[in-house]
Amino acid sequence: MTDTPIPAEASDGVGVVLPPSIRDVEPVRSVRTPIRLEYDFIPSAAAQQYLRAYGEKRILGNRSPVDGAVFVPPRGVDPRHGVVADEMVDLADIGHVGSFCVTHLPIPGRRDLPVPYVSAWIHLDGADIGFLGLVAGCANEDVRIGMRVRAVWKPDGELGDTAENVLHWEPTGEPDVPIAEAGNRAWGAKQAAAADDDADGGDSGA
Amino acid sequence: MTEPDAPGPSALRADLVIEYPFIRTTGPVVGAFLTGLREAVLLGIRRSDGTVMVPPVEYDPVTSEPLTEVVEVASTGTIVSWTWVDPPRPGSPWEVPHGLALVLLDGADTPMLHGVMVDSPDGLATGLRVEAVWKDDRVGHITDLAGFVPVDQVTAAHR
Repeated sequence: MTDTPIPAEASDGVGVVLPPSIRDVEPVRSVRTPIRLEYDFIPSAAAQQYLRAYGEKRILGNRSPVDGAVFVPPRGVDPRHGVVADEMVDLADIGHVGSFCVTHLPIPGRRDLPVPYVSAWIHLDGADIGFLGLVAGCANEDVRIGMRVRAVWKPDGELGDTAENVLHWEPTGEPDVPIAEAGNRAWGAKQAAAADDDADGGDSGA
Repeated sequence: MTEPDAPGPSALRADLVIEYPFIRTTGPVVGAFLTGLREAVLLGIRRSDGTVMVPPVEYDPVTSEPLTEVVEVASTGTIVSWTWVDPPRPGSPWEVPHGLALVLLDGADTPMLHGVMVDSPDGLATGLRVEAVWKDDRVGHITDLAGFVPVDQVTAAHR
C-alpha cells in the first residue's frame, strides 16, 4: 500500500534488480499487518472485589503489610517486596493531579475520545500511587501538577462492574498540593515526615 | 493470605480485544514480492549458486550475502507437503475448510506456504500439480493470491 508517508529512498533498494513484469509499476512500500488478540478476561480476586465496589462508587486500594503504602487499583500484592497485600482500604474519590499529558493524536477506534484530551495520574487522598483518569471541567491549559480534583461519576443507572465508572476528574477549586508533595513525590515527603517524627520521639500515628 | 476465588459462575469476566494496527515498511525485496502479487506474478530471488528462493529473502540464509536478483517464477507448481485445515482459524483468509500446502513453484528451489482450495482432503496429494488463483482486486498483500487449485480444476472463471 502506498498511503503512508514513507520516503521513496527509504525502501527503493540500491542494487536490487527487478524482472520486467514489475519494473515500471509503482512499488509496494508498506503492508498492513494488524495483530489482534482476543481474550476471555477474568479479573484477579483483588480486581473482582475492586470492580464490584467501583460499580457502587467506592474506590478500593490495598495496603502493604511492609510499610503501609496504599496501592490503587488493588492487585493483591506489594510488587516492591513480593508479598501478599490483601488488606482492602476505602479511598476517597478526591485527590490531586500527580502528572498529566495533553494528547493531540486520536487513538484508532476511540471516537468517543475527541482530541485534545488530558489524561492524568490522579493521586487519591489516602493512596500512595497514581490512578489513571481523564481530566475535564476546565481548560486543558489550566491543568497542572498538584491541582485538586474529584471524580465525576457516571449516572447511577449507568454504573457497572467495569473500569469505566468515572467519566473524568474535575477541579475542586481547593488550593493546589505543593509541587514538592505532589504525585510520586508525595510518598517520599511522607516518609521524610515520618522519619522526622521518629527522630523527635513523636508518634506519627501512622 | 486470602485464597483467590476460583473463576466460577459468579466471577466477573469480559471479552477483551487488543489490536495493534501495524503498518510495516517492506524494504525493496519483500516489497518486490508484494508488488508482484499485485501484478499477479510470483517472484523469487536468485542465490549465488543459481537456486531461486520463493518468497524472496533479503540475505542468503547460508552465506549471509545480500541478495539482489529478483526473478519471476511460474504460477504453477507441485505440492511437496500439505495439511488439512478444518475449521479455518479466526481471521483466516479462507472461510471454509481448505488445504495448507508447501508448493514448489516451477522455477523455484524452495517451496512456499499457501492455501489450496479443494473440497476435501481427498483432493490433496503430495506431487499434485497446482496453479495460482488470483483475486480480482489486488493491493500488494499475500492475500492477493487467493490460493492454489489443482491444475485440472482451473476453470475459466479462475483464469
